[in-house]
Formats: sequence, structure tokens, C-alpha cells
Amino acid sequence: MEYVISVLLSGISVGGQYALIAIGYTLVYGILRLINFAHGDVFMVAGLMGIYLTSSLPIGISLPLVILLTVALGFTIERAAYKPLRDAPRMSVMISAIGVSYLLQNTATYVTGGQPMTYPTIPFLSDTVNVAGTQTKWVVIITPFLVLALVVALTILIDRTKIGMAMRAVSKDFETSRLMGIRINGVISVTFVIGSALAAIGSILFFTNYPAITPTAGAMPGLKAFVAAVFGGIGSIPGAVLGAFLIGICETIIKGLPSAWDVSVFSDAFTFALLIVILVFKPQGLFGEAATDKV
Amino acid sequence: MSEEVLQITDLYVSYGGIEAVRGINFNVRAGEIVTLIGANGAGKSSTLRAISGLVKPAGGNVTFEGEDITGKDPTMIVSKGLMMVPEGRRIFPNLTVLENLKIGAYLRNDDLEKDIETVYGYFPRLKERSWQEGGTLSGGEQQMLAVGRALMGKPKLLMMDEPSLGLAPIVVQGIFEIIRRIHEAGTTVLLIEQNANMALHVADRAYVIENGKIAIEGTGRELLENEKVRAAYLGSAGK
Repeated sequence: MEYVISVLLSGISVGGQYALIAIGYTLVYGILRLINFAHGDVFMVAGLMGIYLTSSLPIGISLPLVILLTVALGFTIERAAYKPLRDAPRMSVMISAIGVSYLLQNTATYVTGGQPMTYPTIPFLSDTVNVAGTQTKWVVIITPFLVLALVVALTILIDRTKIGMAMRAVSKDFETSRLMGIRINGVISVTFVIGSALAAIGSILFFTNYPAITPTAGAMPGLKAFVAAVFGGIGSIPGAVLGAFLIGICETIIKGLPSAWDVSVFSDAFTFALLIVILVFKPQGLFGEAATDKV
Repeated sequence: MSEEVLQITDLYVSYGGIEAVRGINFNVRAGEIVTLIGANGAGKSSTLRAISGLVKPAGGNVTFEGEDITGKDPTMIVSKGLMMVPEGRRIFPNLTVLENLKIGAYLRNDDLEKDIETVYGYFPRLKERSWQEGGTLSGGEQQMLAVGRALMGKPKLLMMDEPSLGLAPIVVQGIFEIIRRIHEAGTTVLLIEQNANMALHVADRAYVIENGKIAIEGTGRELLENEKVRAAYLGSAGK
């Protein structure tokens, strides 16, 4: 029983971390119809910045700085690599995104020498706590609540504020949005800022639990978050969050099965297979466009 | 009459080498309804798109209230008081009716309540559907919403691109009735129409565009009686 609880807890926690990345994918897709392949690498860079900054600055300064610098990175990537291609075919922008992804990975290899770096122990988050008889880190307990709070805040921003209304308008119709006086590029930048900030928070939570960072450390979580976004219906925030939690729980359960069954190495394959089966029955994903547009 | 609000001088618009507008000159004076009529592809919409900043003109000038706004970005042009009702309505289907109205006032920071009530006064149907998503409205209701949305920007000049397109005759009548009322309330209107008959009846002055150039101009009444206009656009020659 205690074992089941601990597996579930860590599943929910990983899922929450995927969710923070998945929101970045789904937000950007919702507005630009772009799969931002560099997003997972932005997440990895946020992790590396966490290592370098915490080694020289106190936590109270370095962690906010990680978020701030990741936001600056996301903003710059959009302005430098995507904005000049605004009128180009979508495939060109996607290739630009792949280019940025490798640029970030290669830069990370250059800076770290390709060696796995160890994420610092962050006070409180890394401390252990006793829940229902199992030992776990605080980060595992905190993640789902933090994710939920951030999602609620984001939903309020999108549903209730002027900039959120502009985001929804731009996601449907660039040209008419411009006729309303909305600055499209400003709105797009805001989505990248939000996505990057969430990825930075996600990186702090994720790497506290999985402390080794290599230049490709963003690839797998990024890919899973992307799949979560597709599974939830790309463009939909609740969909991405739900999809991420599902993937996280699923893979942790499979990893946690008795070792005699010898399935834990296949956890990723099983998780993806399950998603394929679900997508066969719901091709638009859980909250995909086609379903919601029906009137 | 009074001063010119909009002055178009020798305007050229081209898309990938094809000239859609080839040296157009016209103006709109304060308080007028001016209409541009013409067949499909004559260059009417391209002219409006150039005025609103969606496309950069290949040549010529757009002057609004004495200020050169040629090739400026739409945000700046909207902020000057130039709002457009785009062709095909283009309401935001995922925003509620009320949000669609609010987004028309995107650049305003003052209180919107009074103007929302004014728009609901013009279109009581929209008030009933205030919380519905725009995409659930009928074509006629969407056109009302598109007009209401533009009015929320408190335009000095309201530009309308084919507001009657694809609507039932009775709905078209309603839309033109509203254009008249908006005009009476003091808004200057630049109207683009294929429905020449309706447009000429409501307009103070009119221009006929053919092949990207002004072919005929005059008051609405003059054009209604013009033989060429009657033959080509009113389908009632000799009546």
C-alpha cells in the first residue's frame, strides 16, 4: 500500500512537471500553429542556468533569475528565429525551430564539455517528508499544487484579462486582430514569455528530482510534454495538463511494476503505445479543436 | 461642404506583380457616406486594405485628417479613429458577443459601458446573445456584431467592406438602415458594395471602380440615373 502511494505520488509529480512544459507547446501552437521544437531545450538550458547561478548566488536571487533569464531566452528565440518567418510557410518556421533546438544543445555541450552536470540541492524542495508512511521529497508533494495554482492563474489570465482576450482573438484570426488595433507581435511574445517562465519553473522542480543534466536532458521530457499536448488536443491548456498528468502517472506505474516482470525498461514505449491507442479513438485529442468547434 | 477626412491620391496596390489598384484618387468629407462600387476584383477591397494598413501601397498617398498614414501599421491607423468592418464579417468565433464588442475597443482605456449600451440599442438581438460565442450566431447577427465591434472603436471614419455579402434581402435592409442611423449619429462612412442599388441610395457621393481605376464619380443620385451605371451595375437599363 505504501509502495502504491509512493508510486502514485511520484507519478503525479512527474506529470505536473511535464504539464508545465506542455503548456508552452500548446500555447505557442494555439497562436502560431507552430510546434516549437526548441521548447524542450529551453527547459534544459533553464536547468543548466539553475546549476551555474545557484553555485554563485543565494537561492533567493538565483532561482528568480533563472526564470527571468529563461523568459529572456524564449523571447529572444521568437524574435530572432520565428518572427522573421512570419509570412513564410509553416514548415520553414518548424525547421527554424529544429535549428534553434540544436543550437541550444550544441551550446550546452560547448559550455559543459558534454559532461552530465549535477543539479544543486535546493533547500526545502529537496528535503524529505513522510507521507502516509512513505519517504519522499517535498518537491513531489508541492509540484501538483503549484501546477494547479499556475494553471488556475493562467486560465484567469486568458479568460478574464484584456491581453488574454487578445491572445484568444489572435489565435483565431491575425488579420482581423490587427484591424482591432492589436499588436500581433506583442501578443506572440507574451505567449513565449509565459511558456518559457513555466518551463523554467518546471525545470527547477524536475531536476531537483532527476539531478543529472546533459545537453540532451530536455529532449525526453520535452517530447513527452509535446505528446501530452497532442494527446490533450493541441491548443488546449486543460488538455495539455490532463495529458501530462496521465503520461506521468502511466510511466511511473509501469516503472514501478514488480521487477520480475521485466517491463520497466519499456515504460516509455508502453506509455506511447497507450497514447496511440487513445488517439485512434479520439484523433483530435481530448479537447481538440474539431470537437469544440461543433455548434 | 465640410473638410476632407480621407484623401486618397494616386494609390497603387499590387500583389506579387499584379496591380489590383492602379492610380485611384478619391476623398471622403466629414459627415458623408461615400461608396465605392464595382464588380468582383475591380480593386475595391484592395483599396480598403491599403487604407487600413493591412497591405502597403505600391505607390500613392493615404491622408487621414491631414496626416499622411500611407503604409503605417494598422494599430497606429486604428488609433487615429479609422475602423474597418472586414469583408466576410470576420467576427471572433471563440469570443463571446460581449467580448467581440470589447475587442473592438482594444485601444481604448476609458469606460465602455455606455458605448456597449449604444450598440445593443442598435442591435437588440446582440444583447440577448451577449454571452453566446460569436461563432454560434447567424450570418446576419454576425454582420451586426462586426458593425457593432467596429463602432466600439469610436471611429471618426467607419469603413465597411461588402456588409451585404451573402445575407438575405431582409437582413441587408436592416444593415443599411443601421448604416443610415450610424451616419445620422455623426459617423463618416466609407462603404464598399457590390449591391450598387442599396449603396447608391444611401450614399452622398459614389465612385465606380473598374480595373483598378475610378471610372465614374458623382452623387449617389447622379449615379443612380447614369445610363452606364444602370446597365452595368443596376441591371435595369432603360427602365
